Amino acid sequence: MTDLTSLTIAEARTGLAGKSFTALELTDAHLSAIEAARVLNAFVLETPDHARRMARQADAKIAKGEGGPLAGIPLGIKDLFATTDVRTTACSRILGNFVPPYESTVTSQLWRDGAVMLGKLNNDEFAMGSSNETSCFGPVVNPWRRDGSDTRLVPGGSSGGSASAVAALLCMGATATDTGGSIRQPAAFTGTVGIKPTYGRCSRWGTVAFASSLDQAGPIARSVRDAAILTRSMAGHDPKDTTSVNRAVPDYEKAIGTSIKGMKIGIPKEYRLDGMPAEIEKLWTEGADWLKAAGAELVEVSLPHTTYALPAYYIVAPAEASSNLARYDGVRYGLRVPGRSIGEMYENTRAEGFGAEVRRRVMIGTYVLSAGYYDAYYLRAQKVRTLIKKDFEDCFAKGVNAILTPATPSAAFGIGEKGADPIEMYLNDIFTVPVNMAGLPGIAVPAGKDVQGLPLGLQLIGRPFDEETLFSLGEVIEQAAGRFTPNKWW
Amino acid sequence: MSVDAATVRRIAHLARIAVTEAEVPHLQGELNAMLAFVEQLSEVDVEGVDPMTSVTPMEMKKRPDVVNDGEIADAVVANAPETQDHFFLVPKVVE
Repeated sequence: MTDLTSLTIAEARTGLAGKSFTALELTDAHLSAIEAARVLNAFVLETPDHARRMARQADAKIAKGEGGPLAGIPLGIKDLFATTDVRTTACSRILGNFVPPYESTVTSQLWRDGAVMLGKLNNDEFAMGSSNETSCFGPVVNPWRRDGSDTRLVPGGSSGGSASAVAALLCMGATATDTGGSIRQPAAFTGTVGIKPTYGRCSRWGTVAFASSLDQAGPIARSVRDAAILTRSMAGHDPKDTTSVNRAVPDYEKAIGTSIKGMKIGIPKEYRLDGMPAEIEKLWTEGADWLKAAGAELVEVSLPHTTYALPAYYIVAPAEASSNLARYDGVRYGLRVPGRSIGEMYENTRAEGFGAEVRRRVMIGTYVLSAGYYDAYYLRAQKVRTLIKKDFEDCFAKGVNAILTPATPSAAFGIGEKGADPIEMYLNDIFTVPVNMAGLPGIAVPAGKDVQGLPLGLQLIGRPFDEETLFSLGEVIEQAAGRFTPNKWW
Repeated sequence: MSVDAATVRRIAHLARIAVTEAEVPHLQGELNAMLAFVEQLSEVDVEGVDPMTSVTPMEMKKRPDVVNDGEIADAVVANAPETQDHFFLVPKVVE
């Protein structure tokens, strides 16, 4: 029998249906892999008993012919998703030992469809970061290494645990969230596929909030097809989230292998940065050529406000974060640090509970929303956001079906290499942030390697609620570029 | 625009985050670096542009104003650092 952990979800589904192995065997294989890979620090909580119980239930259902679309598929869950009776921390000291008495809508839909939870995955504290180095559980290690080097690299962030675990074959897929690139950037850094669906496609209920107008859940997987399978289960209307959209969820898997002949693909000239590594240029050209060879038409497009997306984001996201994180007060849950008065208790709790990056963002957010500065910063940023969205709308109005860009400006970097200058770290998300600002769907697909042997990804940006086109195009890239698996060193 | 040390202390207080005097200069530097970075937004012509209020055009959903959950006081206080008889306990606020 081949190693069960190297199967895709689609392959495992066939194997389970054909009784080649049981869900319990599949889960056990992954639990062993997790145990052997603790050096990666991808999981912050392993839930083996829980996993085996769910796997046995899946086996029973499969035997009766009642297995759901994900019956017996073992997944990792980003620690931002509330899971009933299972510790959920957002990788922040301030949530301490928080054990939710409720389940997030997204995860509840995965369990409804028969998936198995292996454990909770590391992430940047409150999803604020691009390298998974801000987690209170410490950094995650990328299973990829530079050729001939044992330097530990970051897996990207904030969904670094999700990306690392999927790339290292510790789980078949993982949930993730994306506020400015937190699904797509780590996917690109680890040779995995990650999609941020359209804003409103997946419910935000029960997901720890960072910036509510930007946050969106999505999967990280090892193939475009697997990402499509997971997105179908995660998406859907939820009355408990007022921004969740009430429209039917298509069978995204049907988009895999659909012809892209005649599709118009935009290449935005503003994404061609000065000083961009030649290998990123080359990857981008190659991606365009693959789509062209499959019958798509490539057109140059302009998104003139691209350069303003990142600064506008660093007003809007911290502003929303400062408001969302006001709830952590040491009263109802999580950490409490005593003080002589209630005010001092709040201040001590939040000083000790939040890490440096979160404190910085909460303070910036507080400042830009404060009296006298609201108009100059927040209101102006929201106007710029309107312009960023309009750039995309103008482009789609000209018949463009999707936009092709690099996913990141570089491959994965070393742990501790960046971060002294926060702005340098923020620039990682330069290609992904505009998509969140406009609420559009975006997928990152591995497309090649850099000169040091590290994976690089391409991003496809779609029209609102047209994830299907992204899956069709992503599949073409995957077919041309192949899939990417790191050499096991752990 | 940039912030001085007094403003850093004021923002920290508004954000309810205790900062020591020793942390102020460093925070001031970081906040000013971020403000310098976002300064480029001032060159965008936003005349007559509406601020974005909803990224996906949709009508605000409404639901009936009814009780649909409750009688779960144990669960509500289960994670609280200090409670008594289903109340959250805080330091004394009234002398």
